[in-house]
Amino acid sequence: MKRRPLTIQRLVWFLLALLTLFTLTILFFIIGYITAKGVPTLTPEFLFGMPERMGKEGGILPTIVATIYLALLAIVIATPLGVGTAVYLTEYTRESALTRIIRFGADALAGVPSIIFGLFGFILFVIYLKMGWSILAGSLTLAVMILPTIIRTSEEAIRTVPYAYREVSYSLGGTKSQTILNVVLPNALPGILTGIILGLGRSVAETAAVIFTAGSSLRMPRSIFDPARTMAVHFYILAREGISMPRAYGTALLLIISILVINAFAYILLFRLTRRFR
Amino acid sequence: MNEKITIQNLSVTADGKSILANINLTILEHEIFSIIGPAHSGKTTLLRTINRLIETQPGFSRTGKLLLDGKDVLNWDIETLRRRVGLIFATPIPLPGTIFDNIAYGPRLKGIRNKRKLTEIVEHTLRAAFLWDEVKDRLDTSALRLSGGQQQRLCIARTLALDPEVVMMDEPCSGLDPISTAQIEDAMRQLKNRYTFILVTNNVKQAARVSDRVAFFLAGQLIEVNSAEIIFTRPADKRTDDYISGRIG
Repeated sequence: MKRRPLTIQRLVWFLLALLTLFTLTILFFIIGYITAKGVPTLTPEFLFGMPERMGKEGGILPTIVATIYLALLAIVIATPLGVGTAVYLTEYTRESALTRIIRFGADALAGVPSIIFGLFGFILFVIYLKMGWSILAGSLTLAVMILPTIIRTSEEAIRTVPYAYREVSYSLGGTKSQTILNVVLPNALPGILTGIILGLGRSVAETAAVIFTAGSSLRMPRSIFDPARTMAVHFYILAREGISMPRAYGTALLLIISILVINAFAYILLFRLTRRFR
Repeated sequence: MNEKITIQNLSVTADGKSILANINLTILEHEIFSIIGPAHSGKTTLLRTINRLIETQPGFSRTGKLLLDGKDVLNWDIETLRRRVGLIFATPIPLPGTIFDNIAYGPRLKGIRNKRKLTEIVEHTLRAAFLWDEVKDRLDTSALRLSGGQQQRLCIARTLALDPEVVMMDEPCSGLDPISTAQIEDAMRQLKNRYTFILVTNNVKQAARVSDRVAFFLAGQLIEVNSAEIIFTRPADKRTDDYISGRIG
Protein backbone atom coordinates (compact mmCIF):
# COMPACT_ATOMS: atom_id res chain seq x y z
CA MET A 1 0.00 0.00 0.00
CA LYS A 2 1.30 3.41 -0.91
CA ARG A 3 1.31 5.96 1.86
CA ARG A 4 -0.07 9.28 0.78
CA PRO A 5 1.95 12.27 1.98
CA LEU A 6 -1.21 14.10 2.95
CA THR A 7 -2.27 11.29 5.25
CA ILE A 8 1.12 11.34 6.99
CA GLN A 9 0.85 15.12 7.31
CA ARG A 10 -2.53 14.79 9.00
CA LEU A 11 -1.28 12.00 11.25
CA VAL A 12 1.71 14.06 12.39
CA TRP A 13 -0.49 17.09 12.96
CA PHE A 14 -2.88 14.99 15.01
CA LEU A 15 -0.06 13.50 17.12
CA LEU A 16 1.51 16.88 17.81
CA ALA A 17 -1.84 18.39 18.70
CA LEU A 18 -2.47 15.51 21.07
CA LEU A 19 0.89 15.98 22.79
CA THR A 20 0.26 19.71 23.17
CA LEU A 21 -3.18 19.05 24.57
CA PHE A 22 -1.74 16.55 27.05
CA THR A 23 0.85 19.08 28.28
CA LEU A 24 -1.70 21.84 28.59
CA THR A 25 -4.13 19.57 30.44
CA ILE A 26 -1.54 18.74 33.10
CA LEU A 27 -0.59 22.40 33.43
CA PHE A 28 -4.15 23.62 33.74
CA PHE A 29 -5.02 20.80 36.12
CA ILE A 30 -2.23 21.82 38.50
CA ILE A 31 -3.07 25.52 38.31
CA GLY A 32 -6.81 24.85 38.49
CA TYR A 33 -6.47 22.49 41.45
CA ILE A 34 -4.31 24.89 43.45
CA THR A 35 -6.56 27.81 42.56
CA ALA A 36 -9.67 25.95 43.67
CA LYS A 37 -8.04 24.91 46.93
CA GLY A 38 -6.31 28.21 47.53
CA VAL A 39 -8.87 30.86 46.67
CA PRO A 40 -10.95 30.48 49.86
CA THR A 41 -7.84 31.11 51.94
CA LEU A 42 -6.78 34.23 50.04
CA THR A 43 -8.47 36.85 52.21
CA PRO A 44 -7.06 40.27 53.10
CA GLU A 45 -6.42 39.00 56.64
CA PHE A 46 -4.37 36.14 55.19
CA LEU A 47 -2.36 38.42 52.91
CA PHE A 48 -1.73 41.25 55.35
CA GLY A 49 -1.94 39.52 58.72
CA MET A 50 0.77 38.19 61.02
CA PRO A 51 0.95 34.42 61.37
CA GLU A 52 -0.25 32.85 64.58
CA ARG A 53 0.34 29.36 66.02
CA MET A 54 3.13 28.57 63.50
CA GLY A 55 0.95 29.58 60.59
CA LYS A 56 -2.03 27.49 61.53
CA GLU A 57 -3.93 30.74 61.92
CA GLY A 58 -3.40 34.34 60.93
CA GLY A 59 -1.68 35.63 57.80
CA ILE A 60 1.54 35.32 55.87
CA LEU A 61 2.67 38.94 55.55
CA PRO A 62 6.23 38.29 56.89
CA THR A 63 6.79 35.57 54.29
CA ILE A 64 5.69 37.91 51.50
CA VAL A 65 8.06 40.59 52.75
CA ALA A 66 10.87 38.03 53.12
CA THR A 67 10.34 36.71 49.61
CA ILE A 68 10.55 40.19 48.11
CA TYR A 69 13.65 41.04 50.15
CA LEU A 70 15.46 37.84 49.28
CA ALA A 71 14.65 37.72 45.60
CA LEU A 72 15.39 41.39 44.96
CA LEU A 73 18.63 41.35 46.95
CA ALA A 74 19.74 38.21 45.11
CA ILE A 75 19.08 39.93 41.77
CA VAL A 76 20.86 43.10 42.89
CA ILE A 77 23.92 41.04 43.83
CA ALA A 78 23.89 38.64 40.88
CA THR A 79 23.13 41.06 38.03
CA PRO A 80 26.29 43.20 38.10
CA LEU A 81 28.45 40.11 38.69
CA GLY A 82 26.76 38.11 35.95
CA VAL A 83 26.57 40.86 33.35
CA GLY A 84 30.12 41.94 34.15
CA THR A 85 31.39 38.40 33.66
CA ALA A 86 29.46 38.10 30.41
CA VAL A 87 30.93 41.37 29.12
CA TYR A 88 34.40 40.21 30.08
CA LEU A 89 33.95 36.85 28.37
CA THR A 90 32.56 38.30 25.16
CA GLU A 91 34.30 41.65 24.76
CA TYR A 92 37.61 41.44 26.56
CA THR A 93 38.86 37.94 25.90
CA ARG A 94 39.58 35.87 22.87
CA GLU A 95 38.43 32.27 22.87
CA SER A 96 41.00 30.42 24.93
CA ALA A 97 41.32 27.62 27.43
CA LEU A 98 40.47 30.10 30.17
CA THR A 99 37.18 31.26 28.67
CA ARG A 100 36.21 27.68 27.95
CA ILE A 101 36.90 26.71 31.55
CA ILE A 102 34.85 29.66 32.85
CA ARG A 103 32.00 28.78 30.52
CA PHE A 104 32.18 25.10 31.41
CA GLY A 105 32.17 26.05 35.08
CA ALA A 106 29.10 28.23 34.64
CA ASP A 107 27.28 25.46 32.78
CA ALA A 108 28.22 22.92 35.41
CA LEU A 109 27.02 25.26 38.18
CA ALA A 110 23.70 25.73 36.39
CA GLY A 111 23.09 22.00 36.70
CA VAL A 112 23.94 21.64 40.40
CA PRO A 113 20.89 20.86 42.58
CA SER A 114 19.81 23.83 44.65
CA ILE A 115 20.20 21.95 47.93
CA ILE A 116 23.93 21.77 47.26
CA PHE A 117 23.96 25.54 46.98
CA GLY A 118 22.02 25.62 50.24
CA LEU A 119 24.65 23.53 51.96
CA PHE A 120 27.43 25.62 50.47
CA GLY A 121 25.73 28.84 51.57
CA PHE A 122 25.18 27.42 55.02
CA ILE A 123 28.84 26.52 55.45
CA LEU A 124 30.31 29.66 53.86
CA PHE A 125 27.92 32.48 54.69
CA VAL A 126 26.01 31.27 57.74
CA ILE A 127 28.82 29.52 59.64
CA TYR A 128 32.20 30.63 58.32
CA LEU A 129 31.38 34.26 57.62
CA LYS A 130 29.22 34.32 60.77
CA MET A 131 26.19 35.85 59.06
CA GLY A 132 23.88 33.43 60.80
CA TRP A 133 20.54 32.55 59.25
CA SER A 134 19.72 35.80 57.57
CA ILE A 135 18.24 37.40 54.48
CA LEU A 136 21.77 38.43 53.51
CA ALA A 137 23.10 34.87 53.65
CA GLY A 138 20.04 33.62 51.77
CA SER A 139 20.35 36.28 49.08
CA LEU A 140 24.05 35.62 48.59
CA THR A 141 23.33 31.92 48.21
CA LEU A 142 20.53 32.57 45.74
CA ALA A 143 22.81 34.99 43.86
CA VAL A 144 25.45 32.27 43.49
CA MET A 145 22.75 29.87 42.36
CA ILE A 146 21.31 32.10 39.62
CA LEU A 147 24.66 33.53 38.53
CA PRO A 148 25.29 30.91 35.82
CA THR A 149 21.89 31.58 34.26
CA ILE A 150 22.50 35.32 34.16
CA ILE A 151 26.03 34.91 32.79
CA ARG A 152 25.00 32.57 29.99
CA THR A 153 21.87 34.43 28.89
CA SER A 154 23.72 37.76 29.00
CA GLU A 155 26.56 36.26 27.02
CA GLU A 156 24.20 34.99 24.35
CA ALA A 157 22.44 38.37 24.26
CA ILE A 158 25.72 40.26 23.87
CA ARG A 159 26.82 37.91 21.10
CA THR A 160 23.69 38.64 19.08
CA VAL A 161 24.59 42.35 18.90
CA PRO A 162 26.04 42.65 15.38
CA TYR A 163 29.79 43.20 15.30
CA ALA A 164 29.16 45.96 12.75
CA TYR A 165 27.55 48.09 15.50
CA ARG A 166 30.81 48.01 17.41
CA GLU A 167 32.76 48.98 14.30
CA VAL A 168 30.40 51.88 13.69
CA SER A 169 30.91 53.08 17.25
CA TYR A 170 34.69 52.78 17.00
CA SER A 171 34.73 54.58 13.68
CA LEU A 172 32.72 57.41 15.26
CA GLY A 173 35.47 57.92 17.82
CA GLY A 174 34.07 55.69 20.54
CA THR A 175 36.37 53.99 23.02
CA LYS A 176 35.85 50.36 23.91
CA SER A 177 34.02 51.14 27.14
CA GLN A 178 31.86 53.81 25.48
CA THR A 179 30.98 51.30 22.80
CA ILE A 180 30.02 48.66 25.35
CA LEU A 181 27.95 51.11 27.40
CA ASN A 182 26.25 52.93 24.53
CA VAL A 183 25.85 50.27 21.88
CA VAL A 184 26.45 46.73 23.10
CA LEU A 185 24.60 46.69 26.42
CA PRO A 186 21.49 48.65 25.31
CA ASN A 187 21.06 46.32 22.36
CA ALA A 188 21.63 43.24 24.47
CA LEU A 189 19.30 44.49 27.20
CA PRO A 190 16.19 42.49 26.23
CA GLY A 191 18.20 39.26 26.33
CA ILE A 192 19.95 40.22 29.56
CA LEU A 193 16.58 41.01 31.15
CA THR A 194 15.31 37.58 30.17
CA GLY A 195 18.14 36.04 32.19
CA ILE A 196 17.42 38.31 35.15
CA ILE A 197 13.72 37.42 35.07
CA LEU A 198 14.53 33.72 34.95
CA GLY A 199 16.78 34.21 37.95
CA LEU A 200 14.13 36.21 39.77
CA GLY A 201 11.57 33.47 39.19
CA ARG A 202 13.93 30.81 40.46
CA SER A 203 14.75 32.89 43.55
CA VAL A 204 11.11 33.41 44.41
CA ALA A 205 10.33 29.72 44.03
CA GLU A 206 13.43 28.33 45.75
CA THR A 207 13.12 26.39 49.01
CA ALA A 208 16.09 24.10 49.58
CA ALA A 209 18.78 26.75 49.21
CA VAL A 210 16.83 29.24 51.31
CA ILE A 211 15.82 27.03 54.22
CA PHE A 212 19.51 26.33 54.93
CA THR A 213 20.64 29.92 54.75
CA ALA A 214 17.81 32.30 55.60
CA GLY A 215 16.23 30.01 58.13
CA SER A 216 12.52 29.69 58.73
CA SER A 217 11.72 32.39 61.27
CA LEU A 218 8.15 33.58 61.02
CA ARG A 219 8.87 36.95 62.57
CA MET A 220 8.75 40.08 60.46
CA PRO A 221 12.31 40.76 59.25
CA ARG A 222 13.49 44.26 60.17
CA SER A 223 16.76 44.20 58.29
CA ILE A 224 18.73 41.98 55.93
CA PHE A 225 20.58 40.55 58.93
CA ASP A 226 17.40 39.00 60.31
CA PRO A 227 16.40 35.43 59.57
CA ALA A 228 13.23 35.04 57.54
CA ARG A 229 10.89 32.55 55.95
CA THR A 230 9.92 32.93 52.30
CA MET A 231 6.55 31.96 50.85
CA ALA A 232 8.02 28.86 49.24
CA VAL A 233 9.58 27.73 52.52
CA HIS A 234 6.38 28.56 54.41
CA PHE A 235 4.37 26.47 51.98
CA TYR A 236 6.82 23.58 52.34
CA ILE A 237 6.69 23.67 56.14
CA LEU A 238 2.89 24.07 56.30
CA ALA A 239 2.40 21.08 54.03
CA ARG A 240 5.18 18.87 55.37
CA GLU A 241 4.46 19.36 59.04
CA GLY A 242 0.74 19.07 58.34
CA ILE A 243 0.14 22.43 60.02
CA SER A 244 -2.61 23.61 57.71
CA MET A 245 -3.27 22.34 54.19
CA PRO A 246 -5.74 25.13 53.25
CA ARG A 247 -3.12 27.70 54.22
CA ALA A 248 -0.46 25.78 52.30
CA TYR A 249 -2.65 25.96 49.20
CA GLY A 250 -3.31 29.63 49.79
CA THR A 251 0.43 30.28 49.96
CA ALA A 252 1.04 28.14 46.87
CA LEU A 253 -1.58 30.10 44.93
CA LEU A 254 -0.01 33.38 45.92
CA LEU A 255 3.38 32.02 44.81
CA ILE A 256 1.98 31.10 41.40
CA ILE A 257 0.33 34.49 41.08
CA SER A 258 3.63 36.21 41.97
CA ILE A 259 5.47 34.29 39.27
CA LEU A 260 2.77 35.17 36.75
CA VAL A 261 2.95 38.83 37.73
CA ILE A 262 6.74 38.87 37.45
CA ASN A 263 6.56 37.31 34.00
CA ALA A 264 3.80 39.62 32.83
CA PHE A 265 5.74 42.60 34.11
CA ALA A 266 8.88 41.39 32.33
CA TYR A 267 6.95 40.89 29.13
CA ILE A 268 5.62 44.44 29.22
CA LEU A 269 9.05 45.81 30.04
CA LEU A 270 10.63 43.91 27.15
CA PHE A 271 7.93 45.15 24.81
CA ARG A 272 8.53 48.74 25.85
CA LEU A 273 12.29 48.39 25.52
CA THR A 274 12.25 46.84 22.07
CA ARG A 275 9.55 49.16 20.73
CA ARG A 276 11.90 52.10 20.34
CA PHE A 277 14.09 50.03 18.03
CA ARG A 278 11.33 49.29 15.59
CA MET B 1 47.80 71.29 -2.50
CA ASN B 2 48.99 69.80 0.75
CA GLU B 3 49.60 66.15 1.30
CA LYS B 4 46.84 64.85 3.59
CA ILE B 5 47.71 61.19 3.73
CA THR B 6 51.08 59.83 2.81
CA ILE B 7 51.60 56.10 2.41
CA GLN B 8 55.11 54.72 2.03
CA ASN B 9 56.01 51.07 1.51
CA LEU B 10 52.87 50.01 3.34
CA SER B 11 52.30 46.27 3.63
CA VAL B 12 49.52 44.58 5.55
CA THR B 13 49.25 40.89 6.34
CA ALA B 14 46.45 38.92 7.96
CA ASP B 15 47.47 35.68 9.65
CA GLY B 16 50.66 35.76 7.63
CA LYS B 17 48.83 36.19 4.33
CA SER B 18 49.62 39.32 2.34
CA ILE B 19 46.65 41.67 1.85
CA LEU B 20 48.46 44.81 0.75
CA ALA B 21 52.00 44.76 -0.60
CA ASN B 22 54.35 47.71 -0.69
CA ILE B 23 51.87 50.50 -1.36
CA ASN B 24 53.12 54.02 -2.08
CA LEU B 25 50.47 56.65 -2.37
CA THR B 26 49.78 60.27 -1.57
CA ILE B 27 46.31 61.70 -1.06
CA LEU B 28 46.00 65.45 -1.32
CA GLU B 29 43.84 67.80 0.68
CA HIS B 30 40.38 68.51 -0.78
CA GLU B 31 40.47 65.98 -3.56
CA ILE B 32 38.16 63.10 -4.27
CA PHE B 33 40.48 60.17 -4.49
CA SER B 34 38.99 56.96 -5.80
CA ILE B 35 40.31 53.48 -5.36
CA ILE B 36 39.05 50.96 -7.86
CA GLY B 37 39.80 47.31 -8.34
CA PRO B 38 38.16 43.89 -8.24
CA ALA B 39 37.17 42.13 -5.03
CA HIS B 40 39.98 41.07 -2.69
CA SER B 41 42.40 43.64 -3.99
CA GLY B 42 42.87 45.19 -0.54
CA LYS B 43 40.82 48.36 -0.99
CA THR B 44 38.76 48.00 2.18
CA THR B 45 41.79 46.89 4.15
CA LEU B 46 43.56 50.08 3.13
CA LEU B 47 40.72 52.20 4.56
CA ARG B 48 40.63 50.14 7.73
CA THR B 49 44.41 50.48 8.07
CA ILE B 50 44.14 54.25 7.78
CA ASN B 51 41.64 54.58 10.65
CA ARG B 52 43.17 51.60 12.49
CA LEU B 53 39.96 49.62 12.56
CA ILE B 54 41.97 46.53 11.58
CA GLU B 55 43.43 46.54 15.07
CA THR B 56 40.09 45.41 16.49
CA GLN B 57 40.49 42.10 14.73
CA PRO B 58 43.30 39.73 15.60
CA GLY B 59 45.96 38.56 13.20
CA PHE B 60 46.72 41.76 11.33
CA SER B 61 50.12 43.36 11.11
CA ARG B 62 51.39 46.27 9.11
CA THR B 63 54.79 47.57 8.06
CA GLY B 64 55.80 50.78 6.32
CA LYS B 65 54.60 54.30 6.89
CA LEU B 66 51.08 55.68 6.92
CA LEU B 67 51.02 59.37 7.74
CA LEU B 68 48.13 61.71 8.39
CA ASP B 69 49.30 65.33 8.23
CA GLY B 70 52.87 64.08 8.42
CA LYS B 71 52.38 62.02 11.59
CA ASP B 72 52.02 58.26 11.53
CA VAL B 73 48.48 57.14 12.35
CA LEU B 74 49.94 54.86 15.02
CA ASN B 75 51.12 57.95 16.87
CA TRP B 76 47.74 59.64 16.80
CA ASP B 77 45.42 59.21 19.73
CA ILE B 78 43.17 56.52 18.27
CA GLU B 79 39.83 58.24 19.01
CA THR B 80 41.11 61.56 17.65
CA LEU B 81 42.35 59.79 14.54
CA ARG B 82 38.97 58.19 13.92
CA ARG B 83 37.19 61.51 14.35
CA ARG B 84 39.52 63.15 11.87
CA VAL B 85 39.21 60.31 9.40
CA GLY B 86 35.57 59.26 9.15
CA LEU B 87 34.59 55.95 7.60
CA ILE B 88 31.34 55.13 5.85
CA PHE B 89 30.67 51.44 5.41
CA ALA B 90 29.46 49.60 2.34
CA THR B 91 26.15 48.67 3.88
CA PRO B 92 24.44 51.47 5.78
CA ILE B 93 24.46 50.54 9.45
CA PRO B 94 22.21 52.86 11.47
CA LEU B 95 22.44 52.13 15.17
CA PRO B 96 19.09 51.12 16.69
CA GLY B 97 17.57 54.36 17.90
CA THR B 98 16.30 57.60 16.49
CA ILE B 99 17.66 59.57 13.55
CA PHE B 100 18.69 62.30 15.98
CA ASP B 101 20.53 59.90 18.29
CA ASN B 102 22.39 58.36 15.40
CA ILE B 103 23.86 61.67 14.30
CA ALA B 104 24.42 62.91 17.84
CA TYR B 105 26.26 59.70 18.74
CA GLY B 106 29.74 60.89 17.77
CA PRO B 107 29.39 64.44 19.16
CA ARG B 108 28.01 63.06 22.43
CA LEU B 109 30.98 60.73 22.82
CA LYS B 110 33.18 63.77 22.29
CA GLY B 111 31.41 65.30 25.29
CA ILE B 112 28.93 67.65 23.63
CA ARG B 113 25.79 67.51 25.80
CA ASN B 114 24.16 70.84 25.04
CA LYS B 115 20.85 70.08 23.37
CA ARG B 116 20.87 73.23 21.23
CA LYS B 117 24.37 72.59 20.01
CA LEU B 118 23.45 68.98 19.15
CA THR B 119 20.30 70.08 17.32
CA GLU B 120 22.44 72.49 15.32
CA ILE B 121 24.89 69.74 14.37
CA VAL B 122 22.07 67.38 13.41
CA GLU B 123 20.38 69.91 11.14
CA HIS B 124 23.62 71.09 9.62
CA THR B 125 24.93 67.62 8.78
CA LEU B 126 21.58 66.36 7.52
CA ARG B 127 21.43 69.29 5.15
CA ALA B 128 24.96 68.60 3.98
CA ALA B 129 24.02 64.99 3.28
CA PHE B 130 20.86 66.06 1.39
CA LEU B 131 18.59 64.27 3.84
CA TRP B 132 17.17 67.15 5.90
CA ASP B 133 14.05 67.81 3.84
CA GLU B 134 13.03 64.17 3.94
CA VAL B 135 13.43 63.63 7.69
CA LYS B 136 13.15 67.02 9.39
CA ASP B 137 9.70 66.20 10.77
CA ARG B 138 10.61 62.81 12.16
CA LEU B 139 14.02 63.15 13.78
CA ASP B 140 12.73 61.24 16.78
CA THR B 141 11.64 58.17 14.85
CA SER B 142 13.73 55.05 14.43
CA ALA B 143 16.56 55.31 11.93
CA LEU B 144 15.87 51.71 10.97
CA ARG B 145 12.65 52.78 9.25
CA LEU B 146 14.47 54.84 6.63
CA SER B 147 15.00 53.43 3.14
CA GLY B 148 18.42 52.10 2.14
CA GLY B 149 19.39 55.28 0.34
CA GLN B 150 18.23 57.44 3.22
CA GLN B 151 20.10 55.25 5.70
CA GLN B 152 23.32 55.65 3.76
CA ARG B 153 22.90 59.43 3.67
CA LEU B 154 22.19 59.27 7.40
CA CYS B 155 25.48 57.45 7.85
CA ILE B 156 27.23 60.17 5.85
CA ALA B 157 25.62 62.85 8.03
CA ARG B 158 26.64 60.86 11.11
CA THR B 159 30.25 60.85 9.95
CA LEU B 160 30.15 64.56 9.06
CA ALA B 161 28.90 65.24 12.58
CA LEU B 162 32.37 64.26 13.80
CA ASP B 163 33.69 67.30 11.92
CA PRO B 164 36.27 65.14 10.14
CA GLU B 165 38.98 66.23 7.71
CA VAL B 166 38.99 63.06 5.66
CA VAL B 167 35.87 61.11 4.72
CA MET B 168 36.46 57.55 3.59
CA MET B 169 33.65 55.77 1.81
CA ASP B 170 33.73 52.05 1.25
CA GLU B 171 31.52 51.35 -1.75
CA PRO B 172 28.86 53.65 -0.32
CA CYS B 173 26.48 53.11 -3.21
CA SER B 174 26.79 49.36 -3.69
CA GLY B 175 23.25 48.64 -2.52
CA LEU B 176 21.58 51.81 -3.74
CA ASP B 177 19.40 52.78 -6.67
CA PRO B 178 20.68 55.28 -9.29
CA ILE B 179 18.80 58.23 -7.77
CA SER B 180 20.20 57.69 -4.28
CA THR B 181 23.63 57.18 -5.85
CA ALA B 182 23.34 60.48 -7.70
CA GLN B 183 22.35 62.23 -4.46
CA ILE B 184 25.40 60.88 -2.65
CA GLU B 185 27.68 61.87 -5.53
CA ASP B 186 26.17 65.36 -5.48
CA ALA B 187 26.88 65.58 -1.78
CA MET B 188 30.49 64.62 -2.34
CA ARG B 189 31.01 67.26 -5.02
CA GLN B 190 29.47 69.93 -2.81
CA LEU B 191 31.49 68.97 0.23
CA LYS B 192 34.79 68.60 -1.56
CA ASN B 193 36.04 72.04 -0.60
CA ARG B 194 35.63 71.18 3.08
CA TYR B 195 36.78 67.57 3.19
CA THR B 196 39.16 65.15 1.56
CA PHE B 197 37.33 62.16 0.14
CA ILE B 198 38.65 58.67 -0.32
CA LEU B 199 36.16 56.64 -2.27
CA VAL B 200 36.47 52.90 -2.67
CA THR B 201 34.20 51.74 -5.41
CA ASN B 202 33.48 48.78 -7.62
CA ASN B 203 31.64 51.06 -9.93
CA VAL B 204 34.11 52.30 -12.53
CA LYS B 205 31.61 54.77 -13.94
CA GLN B 206 31.08 56.30 -10.52
CA ALA B 207 34.82 56.75 -10.11
CA ALA B 208 34.93 58.44 -13.51
CA ARG B 209 32.04 60.76 -12.57
CA VAL B 210 33.30 62.12 -9.27
CA SER B 211 37.05 61.57 -8.88
CA ASP B 212 39.95 63.92 -9.24
CA ARG B 213 42.45 61.11 -9.11
CA VAL B 214 42.08 57.36 -9.27
CA ALA B 215 44.19 54.44 -8.05
CA PHE B 216 43.80 50.97 -9.46
CA PHE B 217 44.45 48.09 -7.06
CA LEU B 218 44.81 44.47 -8.03
CA ALA B 219 45.51 41.59 -5.65
CA GLY B 220 46.93 43.82 -2.94
CA GLN B 221 49.12 45.84 -5.24
CA LEU B 222 48.84 49.38 -6.49
CA ILE B 223 49.00 49.06 -10.24
CA GLU B 224 48.56 52.62 -11.29
CA VAL B 225 47.56 56.01 -9.94
CA ASN B 226 46.79 59.08 -12.00
CA SER B 227 44.21 61.76 -12.69
CA ALA B 228 40.78 60.39 -13.48
CA GLU B 229 40.97 61.69 -17.00
CA ILE B 230 44.16 59.80 -17.80
CA ILE B 231 43.14 56.59 -16.02
CA PHE B 232 39.90 56.38 -17.92
CA THR B 233 41.17 57.47 -21.33
CA ARG B 234 44.74 56.29 -21.68
CA PRO B 235 45.87 54.16 -18.69
CA ALA B 236 49.53 53.25 -18.64
CA ASP B 237 49.08 49.67 -17.54
CA LYS B 238 47.29 47.09 -19.62
CA ARG B 239 45.66 45.55 -16.53
CA THR B 240 44.03 48.90 -15.69
CA ASP B 241 42.73 49.12 -19.21
CA ASP B 242 41.41 45.55 -19.00
CA TYR B 243 39.63 46.29 -15.74
CA ILE B 244 37.96 49.55 -16.68
CA SER B 245 36.85 48.18 -20.01
CA GLY B 246 35.38 45.18 -18.24
CA ARG B 247 37.71 42.45 -19.40
CA ILE B 248 38.78 41.44 -15.88
CA GLY B 249 37.27 41.79 -12.45
